Amino acid sequence: MHMHKLEKIWLVIGTATLVMFLTIVGISAFAQGHHPPSDKTVLDPEKVDSTKPFDQPGLRKIGENEYELVLISQAFSFLPNEIKIPEGAKVHIVVTSKDVVHGLEIVGTNVNMMVTPGHVNSHTYTFKKSGSYLVICNEYCGAGHQMMSTKIEVTET
Amino acid sequence: MKSGTIHQNDGKLALAHIAVAYTALFLGAIAGLLQAFVRSGTLELPAGIGYYQLLTAHGVLLALVFTTFFIIGFLYASMSRTTGELITIAKKAGWIGFWLMTIGTAITTVMILLNKATVLYTFYAPLKASPWFYIGLTLVVVGSWVSGFGMFRQYAVWKKENDGKTSPLLSFMAVATMILWLIATLGVAITVLFQFIPWSFGLTDKINVLLSRTLFWYFGHPLVYFWLLPTYMVWYVIIPKIIGGKIFSDSLARLAFALFILFSIPVGFHHQILESGIDPFWKFLQIVLTFMVVIPSLMTAFALFATFEMSGREKGARGLFGWVKTLPWSDVRFFAPFMGMLIFIPGGAGGIINASNQMNQVIHNTLWVTGHFHLTVATTVALTFFGVSYWLIPHLTGRTLTPRLNKLGMIQTVFWCVGMLLMSGAMHTVGLFGAPRRTAYTTYGDHPQALEWMSYQTIMAVGGAILFVAILMILFIVIRLATTAPKGTEEFPVGEVRDDAEKTPLLLENWKIWIGLSVILIAIAYTIPLIDIIENAPSSPGFKFW
Repeated sequence: MHMHKLEKIWLVIGTATLVMFLTIVGISAFAQGHHPPSDKTVLDPEKVDSTKPFDQPGLRKIGENEYELVLISQAFSFLPNEIKIPEGAKVHIVVTSKDVVHGLEIVGTNVNMMVTPGHVNSHTYTFKKSGSYLVICNEYCGAGHQMMSTKIEVTET
Repeated sequence: MKSGTIHQNDGKLALAHIAVAYTALFLGAIAGLLQAFVRSGTLELPAGIGYYQLLTAHGVLLALVFTTFFIIGFLYASMSRTTGELITIAKKAGWIGFWLMTIGTAITTVMILLNKATVLYTFYAPLKASPWFYIGLTLVVVGSWVSGFGMFRQYAVWKKENDGKTSPLLSFMAVATMILWLIATLGVAITVLFQFIPWSFGLTDKINVLLSRTLFWYFGHPLVYFWLLPTYMVWYVIIPKIIGGKIFSDSLARLAFALFILFSIPVGFHHQILESGIDPFWKFLQIVLTFMVVIPSLMTAFALFATFEMSGREKGARGLFGWVKTLPWSDVRFFAPFMGMLIFIPGGAGGIINASNQMNQVIHNTLWVTGHFHLTVATTVALTFFGVSYWLIPHLTGRTLTPRLNKLGMIQTVFWCVGMLLMSGAMHTVGLFGAPRRTAYTTYGDHPQALEWMSYQTIMAVGGAILFVAILMILFIVIRLATTAPKGTEEFPVGEVRDDAEKTPLLLENWKIWIGLSVILIAIAYTIPLIDIIENAPSSPGFKFW
């Protein structure tokens, strides 16, 4: 099949750019560990309250300025409702849903993940700046979806 | 019957599809206008109508009904134009398909209006709608299959009668589009028939949520290529004729379509990048496959601009960009699809961001995504379909596009672009700030971060209002072209290949190869993760939270 010379050049440049791009994305994911949230832990979606760690939702200190934040999504709220985190803390967020599919987004950060019933999702984030962070559900979950939010207060230390 | 025109009976079939498509466009647009006002906080819905109910109607009527009906009508018209009057079985299949799809649409729409299916057009489990919502959607899909088989038959008979000849490009592309659709809809058919319908009737208690989402997105991404391939048909074959040029290359056009079949299906995980239960390796593999569509996309862009430049130079254009001036800028049949092409550049660039493994986390489920597909499907595809309507409807009704209607079409296109620039621009921007998609008006208790979004949501409403005016214009034009425009002959433009073009290799029309490769790629991308999901993902009871 004949291909115009200019088209060949165009496709070679395009494909080379593409390969470079995918290599960067791949290195970032596999070598530097920047995988998107892909937790493979599962649980019985009807027994969230009695399954660890969701039997005790909230913030738990696990190291030097390092915390685990256990969250439960349910129509149309998050548990716990008030969260206080010290500035600069590294927080491992663990979340699941008690009913339908929800989303967990901390506005102004890269924390953004799907919360599917029966599955746990997780992401680690360091809160470098103090202030009030808005936490919202960003997946339609029913008539009160727009009310589903909470706040994280990151306090100065 | 004159050559170059469509037989009247075939025309009726195409017109019936187009009529339902534009009815859906009108209803869906009303829902869209109301949503834009609610979201900006300027309107509260009366009579217990819910925001999410409107959103469900908007998505189903525009993304599924308007597109599918218009596409099948246009593809049937293209088959009839290039392979001759439809054979009896193809015509019958077309009408059976039409009625199945129309009845399905009616059932689904009624369920949405009764507020029994406020689950949005993606109907994510475990939100549980009335079984009739799913049954209606099933009829739409099954109807489209019947129509597809009609087209396959028409094509096969033509091939047999024209022993050894390469099929007309337009009919090849129509068949490619329906093959893509058939492979893609298998996913949604399996989840609806084996998961949603038994579960919503109460025959099963629980549903495997992750499996249903995975099967949905196996369908959900090629769905956008089902919208795009007919758009590319217009760009590759119709536009060259309208601008008085030739098709750049028949072979490369066919190769591009084959590559789109291969690389638009085994890629659904890029809609599930932030989801639990899927190993990051499989997500990355499908992301790599996703980006392979860059290659046929670059081929398409090259072919289109090569056609523009070559036809301009043949008309005597000089200099590096002299050919730009020779394009028929005041012909809406060219101008509307051309604006669609132009807007596909930022639309495609946004798509690259969306599918990027890590960048997705910044924009996932924000209004950025809504802004993205209002550029791609709601502008690129929609303007191209409007561009087709300007000549196809009068061609089928024996009327003409008058200079005045042409001018109104030009104004319509400008209104559409301005309205979309405001609405989609604001959506992209406020999405980057984190404003969620698919969410009714809220200030989240006057949280300062959410209050910053309000002015953008007002701009979205202004854009939406301008778009609605444009909708009224296109409906006025379409109705005039169908009923009261002056009698006459309107051309169905079909481009020809350059005289010096070499023969198209037969390999390109060997469907066994392309379907075989497609199946292999799908098997590689999906087998292991699907087994994992079926074995390990828990099932969940249903909920009705509206």
